[in-house]
Amino acid sequence: MNQKAIKWGITFSILLIILFSVSLIALSMGTMNISMDQLIWILFNQIDSTEYTILMEIRLPRILVGIAVGGALSLAGVILQAVFRNPLVEPYTLGISGGAALGVSISIVFSLNQLYAMSLPFFGMIGAGCVILSIYSLNAFGVIHNMQRLLLIGVMISFISNSLFMLIISLSKSEQMHIIMFWTMGSLEEPNRVLVYTLLIVSLLGCMITSIYSVDLNILSLGEEDAFHLGLHVERVRNILLIMASILTGFSVSISGIIGFVGLVVPHFVRLFFGSDHRTVIIASYITGGIFLILCDLLARTIISPMELPVGIVTGLVGGLIFIYALVKK
Amino acid sequence: MKNYEQKHAVLSVNQLSCWQSSQFQLKNISLNISESCCVGIIGPNGSGKTTLLKAVTGFIPSKSGRIYYCNSPIESYNKQNLSKEIAIVLQSTELDQSINVEDYILLGRNPYRKRWQFWESEQDIQAAEAAMRFTQIESLRFRQINALSGGEKQLVRIARALAQDPKLFLLDEPTNHLDISHQLQILTLLNRLKREKKMSIMIVLHDLNLASEFCDEMILMRNGKIVIMGTPKEVLTCQNIESVYHTQVVEGKNPVSKKPYVFLVSE
Repeated sequence: MNQKAIKWGITFSILLIILFSVSLIALSMGTMNISMDQLIWILFNQIDSTEYTILMEIRLPRILVGIAVGGALSLAGVILQAVFRNPLVEPYTLGISGGAALGVSISIVFSLNQLYAMSLPFFGMIGAGCVILSIYSLNAFGVIHNMQRLLLIGVMISFISNSLFMLIISLSKSEQMHIIMFWTMGSLEEPNRVLVYTLLIVSLLGCMITSIYSVDLNILSLGEEDAFHLGLHVERVRNILLIMASILTGFSVSISGIIGFVGLVVPHFVRLFFGSDHRTVIIASYITGGIFLILCDLLARTIISPMELPVGIVTGLVGGLIFIYALVKK
Repeated sequence: MKNYEQKHAVLSVNQLSCWQSSQFQLKNISLNISESCCVGIIGPNGSGKTTLLKAVTGFIPSKSGRIYYCNSPIESYNKQNLSKEIAIVLQSTELDQSINVEDYILLGRNPYRKRWQFWESEQDIQAAEAAMRFTQIESLRFRQINALSGGEKQLVRIARALAQDPKLFLLDEPTNHLDISHQLQILTLLNRLKREKKMSIMIVLHDLNLASEFCDEMILMRNGKIVIMGTPKEVLTCQNIESVYHTQVVEGKNPVSKKPYVFLVSE
């Protein structure tokens, strides 16, 4: 057996164990604290208790969304940083989040969000989809010759949609503004179970597909020319991966709002500890992203309990400080 | 006689032209490279030397003319198979990633990766080890590549290309920015590749005397065209050099190897 494969397996199992323990802790803590042995007792024996309902209906979906969104955003970060060979790129750089925010704010201003439960994510998805389509059609018509230009155009689209977003906010009524602002800051709460499971499945599938391309990502990070000369179909691999990153980001943003920082920092953090082989980086970023977001959400809902902070604030604050600490210590 | 040569040509280029926005980059290039032969390409900056190498690998698409590798047109090879045959060491590759030397060299085994293969096979690791042994960088095996010196980096790049196990080896100014001992080390290495592994080598060099010392044949280029192709003795004449580089030179001989030597004359 290959030594690297053994190391990979160990990393994978350790991270999974951490993810599982963190999830258990997140299940037990909250406005109503439930101790560990109580937790297991309730889960197996008291299916009709209030505690069981809180655990299964409120806390568990949040944890699942945390894993799905944290994983998806980190994965998108890994892909984009490797494809653009730029450490500062993150899932929101290409303007996908701006598009989603625009879609959501329009739906709120026109009171379309009261139509049915799924309308906010639905409009977020449409907004994100419009941005993705416009970037790819520019790419397909040969307007964009190289990756740096694609990146620049993404940044410009991001600015344009942000300005439009601001415009809509400034024109909206104050209670609508409140909904929009709160959505923008991000939350892992998602009452619709179908959406939670869809998100989780999309995100896990994304992780599997990206894993298949992890060796190609290693080759791609050598640069386009070297990758070409090593027999890689650069264009094809790059397009698949970019579309993958867009879908992952689009889904996450439209369901949980804009949760900054995860996609930028988790990949760096993982590389700091596990090296830059994408076979490890991809799977480790996915799980670490999940762990990180669950912990941030735990903080967000317990620190000023029974009130709740937007999770986006916590990810920025905690993530930034931890990252600077890790960077200085290494 | 001509037929015989054709048969053993590893690479033969026929009337190759490349242009971009109506400007010629290469114009009617024809050449043959036979087995275990080292061909040096010289010429002023911007004369199309690098473009020629990249046109051979297909990275820069040719607009007219044909390229044959081992007597079959280059388009008949799929991308992965071609990169098992032809390896290139580019000038521009920056080694700034934080991976170790062994992992970097293993990336050179990509052409041999099967469709769903996730981990390197035993064969890949052996090939990487052989490449490190050949370039004498076994001691660097676990070092990070961004912490290596310029000379070591160049050897690591060459080792990665060797892990591809190519028959035709293209190098773009491999001795740039290196001190004379490293220059000599790299060119000696290429000489060994030629002799021991029967590799054919195409190398872009700026140093005319190094080229004369190590190459069996030389190509002098200007403005995307071949001015002359032949042995160092035929190419490195005062007349050729002066007409291409517009610089005054004096011909001489290396006192040890008796190869042609070009002295610069300052005005």
